[in-house]
Amino acid sequence: MTITEPYKNPSEQFHAVGDDIHDAKAPTGPIEKRWDDRKFNAKLVNPANRRKLSVLVVGTGLAGASAAATLGEAGYHVKSFCYQDSPRRAHSIAAQGGINAAKNYRNDGDSIYRLFYDTVKGGDFRARESNVYRLAQVSVNIIDQCVAQGVPFAREYGGLLDNRSFGGVQVSRTFYARGQTGQQLLIGAYQALERQIAAGTVEMNTRHEMLELIMVDDRARGIIVRDMVTGEIETHTADAVVLASGGYGNVFFLSTNAMGCNTTATWRAHRKGAYFANPCYTQIHPTCIPVSGDYQSKLTLMSESLRNDGRIWVPKKMNDERLASEIPEDERDYYLERIYPAFGNLVPRDIASRAAKYQCDAGKGVGPGGLGVYLDFADAIDRLGRPAVEAKYGNLFDMYAQITGEDPYSEPMRIYPAVHYTMGGLWVDYDLQSNLTGLFVTGEANFSEHGANRLGASALMQGLADGYFVLPYTLANYLADGPYDKVDHDHPAVVEAKQAVEERITTLLAINGTRTVDSYHKELGQIMWDYCGMERTEEGLTKAIGMIRDLKTDFWANVKVTGVNEELNQTLERAGRVADFFELGELMCIDALNRRESCGGHFRAESQTEDGEALRHDDEFAYVSAWEYGDKQPTLHKEPLEYEYVEMKSRSYK
Amino acid sequence: MNITVRVWRQKNADDKGKMVTYGVENVSEHMSFLEMLDVLNEQLTLSGDDPIAFDHDCREGICGACGVVINGQAHGPQTTTTCQLHMRSFEDGAVIDIEPWRAGAFPVVKDLVVDRGAFDRIIQAGGFISAPTGSAPEANNLPVPKEDADHAFESATCIGCGACVAACPNGSGMLFTAAKITHLGLLPQGQPERDSRVIGMIEQHDHEGFGGCTNIGECTSSCPKGIPLDTISRLNRDLLGALAKGKA
Amino acid sequence: MIVATTQTVKRPSAKRSTVALKYSMAVSGLIMLGYLLVHMYGNLKFFQGRDKFDHYLEGLDDILYPYLPHEGALWIIRVVLTAALVVHVYAAVTLWRRNKAAAGFVGNTRYHTKQNKTGVQRSYASFTMRWGGIILLLFIIGHVAQMLPNWLSPGGASDSKYDRVVNGFEIWWVVLLYTIGLVAVGFHLAHGFWSALTTLGQNHSSTRKSSRITAVSIGLAVIIAGGFLTVPFAIFFFGAGS
Repeated sequence: MTITEPYKNPSEQFHAVGDDIHDAKAPTGPIEKRWDDRKFNAKLVNPANRRKLSVLVVGTGLAGASAAATLGEAGYHVKSFCYQDSPRRAHSIAAQGGINAAKNYRNDGDSIYRLFYDTVKGGDFRARESNVYRLAQVSVNIIDQCVAQGVPFAREYGGLLDNRSFGGVQVSRTFYARGQTGQQLLIGAYQALERQIAAGTVEMNTRHEMLELIMVDDRARGIIVRDMVTGEIETHTADAVVLASGGYGNVFFLSTNAMGCNTTATWRAHRKGAYFANPCYTQIHPTCIPVSGDYQSKLTLMSESLRNDGRIWVPKKMNDERLASEIPEDERDYYLERIYPAFGNLVPRDIASRAAKYQCDAGKGVGPGGLGVYLDFADAIDRLGRPAVEAKYGNLFDMYAQITGEDPYSEPMRIYPAVHYTMGGLWVDYDLQSNLTGLFVTGEANFSEHGANRLGASALMQGLADGYFVLPYTLANYLADGPYDKVDHDHPAVVEAKQAVEERITTLLAINGTRTVDSYHKELGQIMWDYCGMERTEEGLTKAIGMIRDLKTDFWANVKVTGVNEELNQTLERAGRVADFFELGELMCIDALNRRESCGGHFRAESQTEDGEALRHDDEFAYVSAWEYGDKQPTLHKEPLEYEYVEMKSRSYK
Repeated sequence: MNITVRVWRQKNADDKGKMVTYGVENVSEHMSFLEMLDVLNEQLTLSGDDPIAFDHDCREGICGACGVVINGQAHGPQTTTTCQLHMRSFEDGAVIDIEPWRAGAFPVVKDLVVDRGAFDRIIQAGGFISAPTGSAPEANNLPVPKEDADHAFESATCIGCGACVAACPNGSGMLFTAAKITHLGLLPQGQPERDSRVIGMIEQHDHEGFGGCTNIGECTSSCPKGIPLDTISRLNRDLLGALAKGKA
Repeated sequence: MIVATTQTVKRPSAKRSTVALKYSMAVSGLIMLGYLLVHMYGNLKFFQGRDKFDHYLEGLDDILYPYLPHEGALWIIRVVLTAALVVHVYAAVTLWRRNKAAAGFVGNTRYHTKQNKTGVQRSYASFTMRWGGIILLLFIIGHVAQMLPNWLSPGGASDSKYDRVVNGFEIWWVVLLYTIGLVAVGFHLAHGFWSALTTLGQNHSSTRKSSRITAVSIGLAVIIAGGFLTVPFAIFFFGAGS
């Protein structure tokens, strides 16, 4: 008798496989009515009782500030935390292009259903239909809300709101404020938050970093934070905890994220039991300014709205040393227009990024190290005139000139892909609650509605949808059963969490080795970029896991963290974040290894069509990978995805 | 290129502080100013010294976290944020003086880091439109002339970095305050609270210990976002109007 | 619950704010500027000769007579000007002290660097407002003392004011002091007029330099300082009136 071994995914040498999970809150019924039904069935909290219910909100970006402001306004007792010196500095502020909403102001056939459809399809069928539909529904309310707050969106001469089209869609549904939409939306949310701080409903804690989650009787009941000025380790308890702490793109060291963006809040929650979903889904943005040297500390995004008027090309000849202006038209390869005639330069981000990588791998890249392609505005300037181009993109052109010292009006820009957004994050149900009761996760920090790939101008939409219009209902439903028993600061769970934080800090300060924190971070980033970046292979990922483990061991033996805890110590802050990035990086590689298909921001070289396009395996991988933390190895739980409304088919932008 | 920097070092708010000189070698002209400080900090760390503390985050000129006085100029010789200033703006062998924002309302926390919480409190005192979530009417019900919207946007691009205060010999926060007054005051949504806004914000501005405006215009010239000086005139008009109505 | 970042101490009223103080400075300054223009007009009558000049000055006593008593209008002007001066100086001193405290000095210096001490684009005039203002104040005190009937009369007293002007301005140090005073007036106005109008909300330009008010201020400063200086210069250098 022969025993057939059941098939084992090679990734399973690194992890266990647990039971499948399901979203217990997943609504049913006609998709248009699901959110209304959920709102109607959600428990309410009497306004008089709200004051007795407390919520901690970590992060003050679009998702955090909007949630804190709205919850404070509703009358809950809110405490808000951010690591920056002001809530206004959260990295949502850097979003340039715009925010989508299904207003159909352009009469071009847009609708809630189409936004839903585009988002599910754009996410390569790895997002939940119900969640995405809700996102599309509330998108229209977001614009109303922001206009009422005084967000100065771009307008037509008639005084009505202007729209533009944005990467990956064929309707104009993107609202914008020149190239600073994220800034304007965040300032709106920030002002709403400050209004509540003044009203006394929100207590703001700036320069405070969350370092641990407190779980009491299987409920998230508080957080441990470090006052970054005094070093004091503080305990904050409440009835619920909301993490709106953003994405983890900085695991790559070089990314378009702010220097301080980190995974510590979400990773600490993960270690306390929260599932981390789809960590390998990473969005690489096609239009960033290329790296100029090894001192580089971050990469700067040029809004992809530039692709509306700019044309992307490389020289047809390999290793062409000529200046762009010396290369005649017929020796240029406008490769996106050539390969994807329907969408041309407006193909989704993952496709544009990979296409640029292939051109550079083939030796056609331009600029230092051959890591760049041209984004050319010569045609647009001819067609529209320089003033019109200036009015549309002036600030982006200025930024480019400032950074590179080159004039993009006379020479084409050089661009190269860079890590920009992470679709993965903590697993949440329809109510945005993680598998840990009482822990809610919003914005980029959750694994979100974007599936395997986020469309342009959808991050701002999701952050504000979560904070203004979803969480206030679903969190109220949870709080309606509160207030929960008061947690004393000498409760064993609190003491344990606080001690863990203190011990970690003491350990980091005591190593006193020979390498700086940044040198480790850069090395980790290089490993991630090389093996878990735009193109991933089984061999590379396996190798990367080993390298990360070795580097992590070395870090804990040889890192040098100067100074003491009881002061403003930026080295110590970074050391704690990098320590968590090692663990996350490893999980990303394991997740990428497990997913032997290509979808959205995850491209496995082993899974591609004959002409090099991403090849999904819906039969095997149409699920959300939710990872449970384990001391020895993580456990994979699969949440199967079903599509009732949008037919699963392969994306084609040709 | 090789340069020398003289940096303000101050351990904490109570420390007296002093200028300390360091040499930085092999600086590339393509480095940003903050990347040059990163390089210096790596040197300091390896030699066991305390690295220089400075605020920074997005490094793309929009979050407003960074900002130091370079050779006596807020954000240095170019009209941009410190993170967007590149070393190509300096000569080989240059001696560069780096100091924190100086203002009574911005106490030094450590080295080049100051506490700008006063700005948040000015916003709390009225720098908003009270529009509770969910109460908003349909966005296109309220047309706003494009010109007004564009001007409002121009003022709304303030990043709250504090360069205006650092550049003002009076340590006045008037440009920051005026930018918000102008942003909200130009929009129809901002009209109902226009008087209470200017009164609240000015009272808080003074209460925080910022100085008065003497209209010399250093703020606008140092502003990385080019917030125009006439915003201050608008603030003055608005306050005059509010006082005339007896709203204070 | 303690709300960490909101204020607990009561804020001072906007009526006593730095901006309100600047309003009072602007208005009082403009009143004095208006007076200076009239004053300059009167001075230029000098060139019409002794009789007309003395006659004009005597006529001032009876402005609006008989509706106002003898010297009534003058007394009103004197009271208003004194009040304006007091308000102007009070506001200036108050703001000066506030601003010094607000600038965040460390010991005696704000920024330790030796570079760019004069700012990015400040006008020279803006540096002269405080010390220049003090010089002006001293000048005004001296000037008023000189106006009192034959109390301080360099060069010799006379019943004819015309003669007193001529006697005085034939002395080099009187001309020098007067010139210093008028130059101070000029600088003070070059920045002050712009500043007053801006404070009263009348600037619509994005920078100081690009504003029309700046050009008008400088023109006004030159006209007033120049207008006043024609008389002493004509006397001292060209022997007018003798």
